[in-house]
Amino acid sequence: MAGSTLASPTTEGKLPAVASSNHSPGREAWRRFKRHKLAVFCSVILGFIVLAVLLGPWIWRVPINEIDFNARMQGPSWAHPLGTDDLGQDLLARMLYGGRISLAVGLAAMLIAISVGVVVGAVAGMSKGPVDAFLMWVTDLFLSLPQLPLLLLIFYLFNDTLKKMIGPEAGVFVLVVAVIGGLRWMPVARLVRAQFLTLREKEFVEAARALGASPWRQVTVHILPNAMGPVIVAATIDVAAAIIAESTLSFLGLGFPPDIPTWGRILFDAKDHMDVAVHWALFPGALIFITVLTINYIGDGLRDAYDPRRVL
Amino acid sequence: MFRYILRRLMIAVPSLLGISLVLFTVLAMAPGDPFSELVSNPNIPPEVALALRQKFGLDDPLMVRYWNWLTAMLQGDWGYSFISRINVETLIMQRIPVTLLVIGSSQLLALCIAIPVGVYAATRPYSIFDQIASTLAFIGFSLPTFFTGILLILFFSIHLDWLPFVYRADIPETGWRFFWEHFKQMIMPVVVLGMFQAGAWTRYVRSAVLDVIRLDYVTTARSKGLSEKVVITKHVLRNALIPVVTLVALQMPAIFGGAIVTEQIFRVPGIGSLIISSMLANDTPVVMAVTFVFSTLVIACNLLADILYGWLDPRISYN
Repeated sequence: MAGSTLASPTTEGKLPAVASSNHSPGREAWRRFKRHKLAVFCSVILGFIVLAVLLGPWIWRVPINEIDFNARMQGPSWAHPLGTDDLGQDLLARMLYGGRISLAVGLAAMLIAISVGVVVGAVAGMSKGPVDAFLMWVTDLFLSLPQLPLLLLIFYLFNDTLKKMIGPEAGVFVLVVAVIGGLRWMPVARLVRAQFLTLREKEFVEAARALGASPWRQVTVHILPNAMGPVIVAATIDVAAAIIAESTLSFLGLGFPPDIPTWGRILFDAKDHMDVAVHWALFPGALIFITVLTINYIGDGLRDAYDPRRVL
Repeated sequence: MFRYILRRLMIAVPSLLGISLVLFTVLAMAPGDPFSELVSNPNIPPEVALALRQKFGLDDPLMVRYWNWLTAMLQGDWGYSFISRINVETLIMQRIPVTLLVIGSSQLLALCIAIPVGVYAATRPYSIFDQIASTLAFIGFSLPTFFTGILLILFFSIHLDWLPFVYRADIPETGWRFFWEHFKQMIMPVVVLGMFQAGAWTRYVRSAVLDVIRLDYVTTARSKGLSEKVVITKHVLRNALIPVVTLVALQMPAIFGGAIVTEQIFRVPGIGSLIISSMLANDTPVVMAVTFVFSTLVIACNLLADILYGWLDPRISYN
């Protein structure tokens, strides 16, 4: 084992490889993922958060905008398990509702980033010469764009028009998702291109080419499925990054309007009352942190599971 | 080496042009028009509004407008702030030292944490120290900067009352007191930004060192009887830092993003808080100029990373 130390501990040598007849790549990855105990634990926590956000509003039936001036900025109690804000609105209900939006933004932005990245990377990886060079130049250009300032700029310039066109909530959602997704595809494109460059020359693709498979069929049936491992890892991390980006926008007061309480927005409202209502800032902040942390750990587990250097 | 630097400079110029093109396209595509208020204002006769439009070339073709905008930006004529009533370049020059100071010291802090911790963890992989360091690194870069900032304010400003949570540009004290007050108000913004970066970089350094430390030339260095310290600093670290430099350069846009958030939380009067306040006040020239400055800074950092790269690995600068 001279030459390299893997970035994560392996169970190499502890277990003989299980010779089962049906190990598909997905099942194989799952078997390895289960060895990363912390990642499995984090999946459970994240699953719980997602379930709570999806089902919570049906169980905890307090409306998110019920104003009660007798219960302003109260700490946790039985009536309000996570306390209330400056208008006496129940924070648990608001956070459950806002969580739906935060998670939806994360997922949708990730889907955009991955789709654009895979398409650009695949085209660049399959075509040689000027097309590849141009696409990689664009990718590098986007990589050196300052993302948050640009995000803020686009938001600032287009927000009002989109709001008028498709309504305040949908307008902001579309804009946030498109801009965050549109500024995060570059690492995926590079990754996919690198994968394509090696896979393209492999014997099984050559065999397919010799049998007369069209480029489209070579890509969709033979190359792309084999390049998906790193993309899945990148997708996981991208969800976390998109959630942070959305929260940052909302925290700066430039994201969703006040009546849509995403986690970042609640934090933005809370930050001026921190001396009297600590819980108001702590709960949404901690929730963002836990969500991001668990997603990152799951990404770490997936990275180990898809690591081609690991033979187990 | 000189030719290498020159070549890198030649690559930086097209990227800067590309970025300016992206920025201008965004601005040109944006709805709304700086003179729309003039048209609806009854006190301004329509011919005056039209003359103004012509004077500022608003009806020119897009390419002409881009060229005019670009030459004006390059000549340092960045427009006039609607809100502050001074030239944009003066405004930005006032604000930029604070931003550079905060970013620079936080990066220094991050490096001072990441390199020793990463190297030490990599020399003892999977030890208790390594595991604790990895966990802390994960927490470090999963904590959003705005939440760390709020936590620090809660603990050190509100609970303990040790540090001020509003950054003041005008400190009345003089002499040592002045520096002490400045230092105190710098601590929290710098720590918030530094911790976030230190988390990510510790992981980079650790995995880069792990890739190198088992290579044969390191074994050779050890068998020559060199001390462990020399082996690590002279042989391992220098080669391990090569990929780290690239990763650090790729992180620069994220660092500037973090700086905007930190400046906003602690009310640091830098260009990050300037862009937010200008957006809230619809001060478009300032917003555009600050975005352009951020882009230029990113390109400059990439250039610096390339030059460092060539210095760390002479093979690169030769071919």
